[in-house]
Amino acid sequence: MIFTIANKEFRSLFATPSTWLILGALQFIFAWFFLARLDAYLQVQAQLAFVANAPGATMTIASPLFGTLALMLMMLIPLFTMRLLAEERRNQTLVFLLAAPVSSSQIVIGKFLSLLLFISLVIASCTLMLAILGFGTYLDFGLLLANALGLLLLTASYAALGLYLSALTKQPIVAALSATALSFGLWLIDIGGADNANALRALSPTAHAQSLNAGLIFSADIIYFTLFIATFLLLTIRRVNNNRLYA
Amino acid sequence: MTAPLTLSARNLCRRYGQRDVVQNVSLELGRGEVLGLLGHNGAGKSTTLQMLTGTLTPHSGKVEICGFNLQQQPDQAKACIGYLPETPPLYREMRVDDYLIFAAKLHRVPKSLLPGALDETKQRCGLQKSGRKIIGTLSKGYQQRVGIAQAIIHRPQVIVLDEPTVGLDPAQIREIRSLIRELGDAHSVILSTHLLSEVENVCDRVEIMQKGRLIYGDSSARMQQYGYQPGFVVTLLAPPPLDELQGIAGVENVEALSGTRFRIMHAMEANTSAVLLALAAERGWQAQQLTPLKGSIEDVYTQITENEPA
Repeated sequence: MIFTIANKEFRSLFATPSTWLILGALQFIFAWFFLARLDAYLQVQAQLAFVANAPGATMTIASPLFGTLALMLMMLIPLFTMRLLAEERRNQTLVFLLAAPVSSSQIVIGKFLSLLLFISLVIASCTLMLAILGFGTYLDFGLLLANALGLLLLTASYAALGLYLSALTKQPIVAALSATALSFGLWLIDIGGADNANALRALSPTAHAQSLNAGLIFSADIIYFTLFIATFLLLTIRRVNNNRLYA
Repeated sequence: MTAPLTLSARNLCRRYGQRDVVQNVSLELGRGEVLGLLGHNGAGKSTTLQMLTGTLTPHSGKVEICGFNLQQQPDQAKACIGYLPETPPLYREMRVDDYLIFAAKLHRVPKSLLPGALDETKQRCGLQKSGRKIIGTLSKGYQQRVGIAQAIIHRPQVIVLDEPTVGLDPAQIREIRSLIRELGDAHSVILSTHLLSEVENVCDRVEIMQKGRLIYGDSSARMQQYGYQPGFVVTLLAPPPLDELQGIAGVENVEALSGTRFRIMHAMEANTSAVLLALAAERGWQAQQLTPLKGSIEDVYTQITENEPA
């Protein structure tokens, strides 16, 4: 059942031209940043050769690019989450799912999985683009994969957040705006807290993605992301269930 | 009732805020039966149907579908229902085939039976040529058909249709009514409507709803008698004086609607129309048209509500 719903949502995503447009634009912009980074690296490469323990190509090119991609996805993911439940309520198709022999959790998890698959495709294509660096230099695949994992967890958190906000309203655009605003706020908490010890920073998903960005996988970060995603999915399930109580 | 029960609801209640929308509604439905839920807008029909299909939780009461309790075994119970809400729940960007297959999968139709179920349903609903079309591009009538198709594709025991003929043209209404009749042979059907003619044509049994209560329930034929007024309108091209009509046995009241048309009310048991026609032939009144008076839904309501202490 979960996969039936996920499959349908995934196909619906690609049924709208705007998805293709956004994906194309994203690839283009990412490639642009990639070229700029590569260019900058080539200019300082000669000096780096004299530095002891100099950072490699992966560290100087790939890691910052993942940071950039994370910011872009933070703004783009609400565009994909906004429709998931808000539009179902607006078009009165949610009834179709509620009347079918599926539970609210199956509906929500199905929708979340479709989004996760979509995001993984985006991240995989960008990671592949970076992997072509391997033709010219030695590439630290461990660092690359840690970055990809970090980005996946980070964006999955945004997706769960967006899904919940989409469940709260009938207007997709309201869902999108509030999701962007909240993820933006969470990001500001991160960059606003100057010292590492700031307790508030622990709330921000981007702060937890930082060590993964540097290639360090801490279980605390993994647990944080899992909790973040689980919390919002549970809230969404509750919210969908409430549709049966107060229609 | 001899047929096995497919649906039974007991004492359903539902409030919105302080307002009681549905109070103590109990319904029973046997296999092969078509039940019409009749009522004005806002009488609580849709709310009742939502509670029967599990999309709305009742504040109290119990629903059983094919022996499964809707609250305790929702998955088994809901697999036995096909539901068409007031607005057909269509994903406008999907193709008809994809949508119907999605509906079938959600209702656990085994993969091997999918193509057969799809073809049969499309054939039944007249959608053979629309399979590849995108739902958003279909006309309202066809969208309604797709809505009905998604409700019957998994061959549910109970089919719940919320105002299935609203917004359709007369030809489509006739087609959909005959489809419902056909479905009623093998499945149980509940449909809500505010049209009396729909009930006459389609339903075996009627429940009338007013202000959230069921105020009357009987077979469809008997309900029409309830609204039946003994009388008819007759056109006589060469009419006699009113007194002469008044003098016919059984006639209680004659009213001239125009120079040639008369409304004649007569006693309940009297066979006045036959007497009048015989006289007309005999005396050369040139009878042309005789229309029995039919009770409108308003009349039925007034009669029924007059009897009910409100």
